[in-house]
Amino acid sequence: MNAPVNPADLKSAQPSRRDVVVASALVGGSLLVGCSPADLMSAGSKVEVGAFGPFIKIAPDGAVTVISKHIEFGQGNHAGLAAIVAEELDADWTKVTVEQAPANAKLYANGSLGAQLTGGSSAISNSWEQLRKAGAGARAMFVQAASNKWNVPVGEITVKDSVLTHGSGKSATFGDLLADAAKVPAPSDVKLKDPKTFTLIGSDRVRRKDAQAKSDGTARYTQDVRLPDMLTAVVAHPPRFGAKLKSFDAGEAKKVAGVVDVFEIPSGVAVVAQNTYAARLGREALKVEWDEDKAEKRGTTAIARQFHDIAAGKDASAKWEPFDQRGDVSGLDAAKGADIVEATYEFPYLAHATMEPMNCVASVDGNKVKMVFGSQGQTLDQLNAAKIVGCLPGSVEIETLFAGGSFGRRANFQSDYAAECVHIAKKVGKGRPVKLVWTREDDMRAGYFRPLTVHAVKVRLGKDGYPAAWRHRIVSQSIMKGSPMPAGKGPDQTAVEGAAGSPYLKATPAVDAQVALPDIGVPVLWWRSVGATHTAFVMEHTIDQLAAKAGKDPVEYRRALYKKAGADRHLAVLDLALAKAGPSATPGWTRGLAVHESFGSVVAQVAEVKLENGTPRVGRVVTAIDCGVAISPDQIAAQMEGGTCYGLSAALFGEITLTDGQVDQSNFDRYRVLRINEAPKVETYIVPSGNPPSGVGEPGTPVIGPAVANALLALTKTPTSRLPFVRSEA
Amino acid sequence: MALTLDINGKATSVQAAPETPLLWVLRDELGMTGTKFGCGMAQCGACTVHLDGQPIRSCVTPIAAVGAAKVTTIEGLGGQHPVQQAWVRHDVPQCGYCQSGQIMSASALLAQNKKPSDEDIDSAMAGNICRCGAYQRIRAAIKDAADFGPPLGEPHADIDEAIVAASGATHHGAGR
Repeated sequence: MNAPVNPADLKSAQPSRRDVVVASALVGGSLLVGCSPADLMSAGSKVEVGAFGPFIKIAPDGAVTVISKHIEFGQGNHAGLAAIVAEELDADWTKVTVEQAPANAKLYANGSLGAQLTGGSSAISNSWEQLRKAGAGARAMFVQAASNKWNVPVGEITVKDSVLTHGSGKSATFGDLLADAAKVPAPSDVKLKDPKTFTLIGSDRVRRKDAQAKSDGTARYTQDVRLPDMLTAVVAHPPRFGAKLKSFDAGEAKKVAGVVDVFEIPSGVAVVAQNTYAARLGREALKVEWDEDKAEKRGTTAIARQFHDIAAGKDASAKWEPFDQRGDVSGLDAAKGADIVEATYEFPYLAHATMEPMNCVASVDGNKVKMVFGSQGQTLDQLNAAKIVGCLPGSVEIETLFAGGSFGRRANFQSDYAAECVHIAKKVGKGRPVKLVWTREDDMRAGYFRPLTVHAVKVRLGKDGYPAAWRHRIVSQSIMKGSPMPAGKGPDQTAVEGAAGSPYLKATPAVDAQVALPDIGVPVLWWRSVGATHTAFVMEHTIDQLAAKAGKDPVEYRRALYKKAGADRHLAVLDLALAKAGPSATPGWTRGLAVHESFGSVVAQVAEVKLENGTPRVGRVVTAIDCGVAISPDQIAAQMEGGTCYGLSAALFGEITLTDGQVDQSNFDRYRVLRINEAPKVETYIVPSGNPPSGVGEPGTPVIGPAVANALLALTKTPTSRLPFVRSEA
Repeated sequence: MALTLDINGKATSVQAAPETPLLWVLRDELGMTGTKFGCGMAQCGACTVHLDGQPIRSCVTPIAAVGAAKVTTIEGLGGQHPVQQAWVRHDVPQCGYCQSGQIMSASALLAQNKKPSDEDIDSAMAGNICRCGAYQRIRAAIKDAADFGPPLGEPHADIDEAIVAASGATHHGAGR
């Protein structure tokens, strides 16, 4: 038996994502010990900082540009980040624009992740203090400049909409005072506003800054980059994960008009051409043989069977790691009876399937690298590019563009597609830009999937009907294992988060929760809301089954457990969602409820569901979220709407299968995604809060699946043990 | 051999082979990158343009098949088309990558049906995937564009109220 483990201890023993990045820098070699991590990762960088610091630029006409260290790929973070600055600066919001920061880990690291990286729904939360201080600091410099010029005390000067005024009638714009303000030493200590006096933050004026460009075709994505002399490349990849190139015949490919060169790179065979269409025709004409000795040749049926066997304790070689063990659960293994609930769940591999397939533009001239693309993890991409060409990571220049979605796909420890582009650009050389284009088929078959995952849960109810003992087994693949991280104690949190820390486990006196993460040759990655994509489903759908077993109402059942666990924020979102949903469902529809905390925010949803020809249809979805201070209520609503669609798409249809190691799906014909005629109507309500802001991009995704399953349970009395709800035979 | 296409009202000579999909001629040869590549097999709608006013998927339409038909792309809508204005008013785009195609499908719908029902919108828009899931704002913006009709001036003073009502979103709290 394992000794009881305190989950809090496990968390501190778990290597943070910061450690991971630092380790990755060290693996890069040729770098010196004794530098700080930020020095190490930004070594060679030549980014310049203006008078108002790395986040604010002010033009001679007074126009304010906020520099975003985070990529914008739909989350609305550019609007939120700019609003934080504009609020403290008292800038004219209508004239504020947003610019993407260059790559520099020293200036632009994510405070939560230790590298320039957008992820974990942390863009707003990690920037909150930093940008408030930046805005307040710049404001203080203008006020000081006006005070000097007008010879009046700073306390008598007010600022509104980029204009400074004094009671005497004196008035000046940011533009008027720019030269003087830029000479004022940046204050070391600034006073931030009392949140009660916010006029922009929390208002419906905080709207997207990119809606026009994204509605008239001028927004610039990687796919749209056109540079002088640029070549376009596509790559022939092996059909199975882990296969290698054996040989290739480029004879026919090189005959295709427009094809410039065909050559081997570590990930396959690159076809470089004058344009995309020629590159694709060239690849079609290519003859390649693959060495599949070390390839993963199993299908998902076999992998799932293995995971079920492990979960059922039938595989003695399985390596279990505890993530919550308390009290005495002995006897539960063999227990049967009216007080026992047992459930197993299976979740498939999922592709992110962003609208813009993966792509990158790079040029390499000697050891000089320039990349132009939707970089989500600039520091990781710099490190990986630096390894390929042999330069300092900070000297890898990255211009970050809008990306057509990511949902986690664009940040990985290998920088897979970006590294592939750098390899090609290095071979082309002479600083000639190369655009790597992945087709939809390349993108969908490249892996980095949400891991296939199995849960097995067995719960004994006490005499009061609430959980007395809870045994939980998770079998998945480790996302962090493929990373160059130091071996740490405790399991990979990305596989257990959401079960670990669940208020339901906290409210249960005896718990034995463990995870096994076998090695499978299919690359896996975070996928919008990561562990919660499966843990939220298991915890929330299990709770409704427990309530049914106990003969209790699922709402009251949750309330009692939240009270036991001290989960006040769960209670608050639950109450708000129920109040807004009203007493009864729309006639003909059945309600299901789910509540889940992820990325610091708690979301409750009441979903109205009906079955049409055996297929679940979701109508009204009432959502309540506690995400701390709401910067942009409109964009929080947008993320709840979109996050719900993304989660519902996966729950209804999402499934990547493999046959003999080959991915069966390659495009939207067989990887079905949610369309407008299947989309729910999401209403969003925000719990008033004075807490610092927490995540918004991901927490809306994992709740809808279990809410639908709970509605179906109420409707059909049958629990759901496997996703997606709608399965098409491969 | 050069072909001449009518693109956004302009006779445009193109050098590509006749079997080349219109999408790649627009994007790579003519540099009109507003039309997007998403799937390459008419599954996602990101490449939608108008051919004589009808929405078509340019990724599977060879230029040989275009002939003398008038091609309209997102650039041809001009940026202030009622549908584009409605898109901005509702903050429809998230990542934005699919939106050119969405707007081309929506503008074709509204040109033929001034007051589309939910069912009309579903059937006209179901070929356009939005992975960000902006569907309810797309629906609201189409209805808004239909209500407000042809060219709009300045945003309405009560626009936030209108958006809230149309999208079903309601905002509370806001950290105070």
